[in-house]
Amino acid sequence: MTKILKLKQSLSNPPPAYRQAGNPPFLKGGEGGFLEFGIWRLGFLLFLLCVSITVGCQRSKAGITVAGSTSVEPFAELLAEEYMIHHPHSHIYVQGGGSTAGIEAVRSHAADIGMSSRSLMGGEKRLYAVIIAKDAIAITVHPKNLVQGLPLVKVRDVFSGKIRNWKELGGHDHPIILVTREEGSGTREAFQKLVMGEEEISLEALVQDSNGAIRQVVSSDPNTIGYISLGLVNEKVKALEVSGVEPSIKNIESGRYHLVRPFLFVLNAEPTGESKAFIDFVMSPKAQKLLSKEGLVSILSKSSGG
Amino acid sequence: MKLEIKEKFIEKTLLLIAFSSILILALIASFIFGEGLPFIWKIGAIDFLFGERWVPSHGEFGILPMIVGSFLVTFGALLLGIPLGLACAVFLCEWTPPQAAMVLRPAIQLLAAIPSVIYGFWGLVVLVPLVRNYLGGPGLSIFSGSVILGFMILPTIISISEDSLRALPPSYKAGGLALGATHWQTIWRVLVPAAKSGIVASVILGMGRAIGETMAMIMILGNAVKMPSSFLDSARTLTTNIGIEMGYASGDHRQALFATGVILFFIIMILNSSAIVLSRRRGS
Repeated sequence: MTKILKLKQSLSNPPPAYRQAGNPPFLKGGEGGFLEFGIWRLGFLLFLLCVSITVGCQRSKAGITVAGSTSVEPFAELLAEEYMIHHPHSHIYVQGGGSTAGIEAVRSHAADIGMSSRSLMGGEKRLYAVIIAKDAIAITVHPKNLVQGLPLVKVRDVFSGKIRNWKELGGHDHPIILVTREEGSGTREAFQKLVMGEEEISLEALVQDSNGAIRQVVSSDPNTIGYISLGLVNEKVKALEVSGVEPSIKNIESGRYHLVRPFLFVLNAEPTGESKAFIDFVMSPKAQKLLSKEGLVSILSKSSGG
Repeated sequence: MKLEIKEKFIEKTLLLIAFSSILILALIASFIFGEGLPFIWKIGAIDFLFGERWVPSHGEFGILPMIVGSFLVTFGALLLGIPLGLACAVFLCEWTPPQAAMVLRPAIQLLAAIPSVIYGFWGLVVLVPLVRNYLGGPGLSIFSGSVILGFMILPTIISISEDSLRALPPSYKAGGLALGATHWQTIWRVLVPAAKSGIVASVILGMGRAIGETMAMIMILGNAVKMPSSFLDSARTLTTNIGIEMGYASGDHRQALFATGVILFFIIMILNSSAIVLSRRRGS
């Protein structure tokens, strides 16, 4: 940096000899002089700009970066906001990108904490992970759909493409349109594990790349069925009962609703400093209460072990 | 002397900047190829290009449905875009009064300036429900995608076709009319055939745009990975395959997406170079 600084200084203040000798008389002063001055000044301004940007970046590094799953992101943002109210001098940056991207970012030290909505796999298991809350997956249909609930086995048959018409499930005579998340998504992986088991999700399923997009498609077409995070179910879609159990916080906490997955914070090593302070805050009863208000299942509730 | 040094300095700086853009292209290309080619090699080019199943979690990486999807959507878009675009170009050249052209031309340019996500959103909210209600299927389909893409490539086709029609010597038109042909006959039998290479180049460039479009297609096509069997089926294109899965992909899956990029790179290279060759032929 200092090297560049010196270079730039020498450029913006050329040695006097250079200045006097080279200038053709007709360009001395007047327009030429101004032009010359303008160019040096422009260079200097550019240099100042670079410096200010670098300084700006350095300042922004104070604080910690939390990156990863788009399912966890809105909740992490909420927690970060709350944390920053109590710790006005620290800053938590929350970014999306996906579970895998978040875990990669932690491994490459680009982020301090990774958010994951799936369990760790393979080499990732060496990382330090904390379950911050649990999230239920709701099977959603259009509110006008006659079907109110399905046994888990039927949900599996629908998504594997064995049951192809709503008529077979007590609905209207119309083909079922499946909507699923993209390959690699944490929600899809959890759905695969919790519902599908060894069966494959039909390749005919429409694929959307976020919970919100699935909700949008399902809310606009009465023949679709999809799955999203329970916290994101609103009045535009209907969450089905699975095997007779309604997806409600009460049923999840009592362990009767089974489609539940962990939300993880992932770190390279045991947290220290700012990261530790933030994670401690996230695990505190106050923050956990905030999460359960948003539709997640607090890890402090009794039955969260399973 | 001093001024010369300064001139040289500025010249070299500009040269450096100009070359940096090529350097960036080279870097992007080498990165995509570096990540993608070893994967194609590992899987086998035939299995990769002609495999019909894309299930990365099971290690199945066949992109044939995406290649077919890309070409079907593009074909549909051209079906709509060529007649509309060519008609519009001819109209702008031959019939439009100057005042009307002053409104039309900026309007067409504006069409090119609309962000693709807006096209996608409009398609999702307006077109998709119409298709679902009147034609059947999920609505998120090749048909809807083609219609939206057809409009998106219009500016490309219109402006380049119009340029090539305008570049014709005035004697062509005068000769046609002098021989007793009507205005329409002159346009259809003389002017359009004479401007053919430019028109074809505009179509190829439009095709390039259509194949490369991602955001709007993610929103409208439905992105199912099976082989489409009709225009009302959902499909996935090469670009949307990368766009929709990159967030969560890792390991082989990530490399497979780069390999998809390699294939896309080849397709775009072929299209663009043929457009360049064609427009050169027009020049000579």
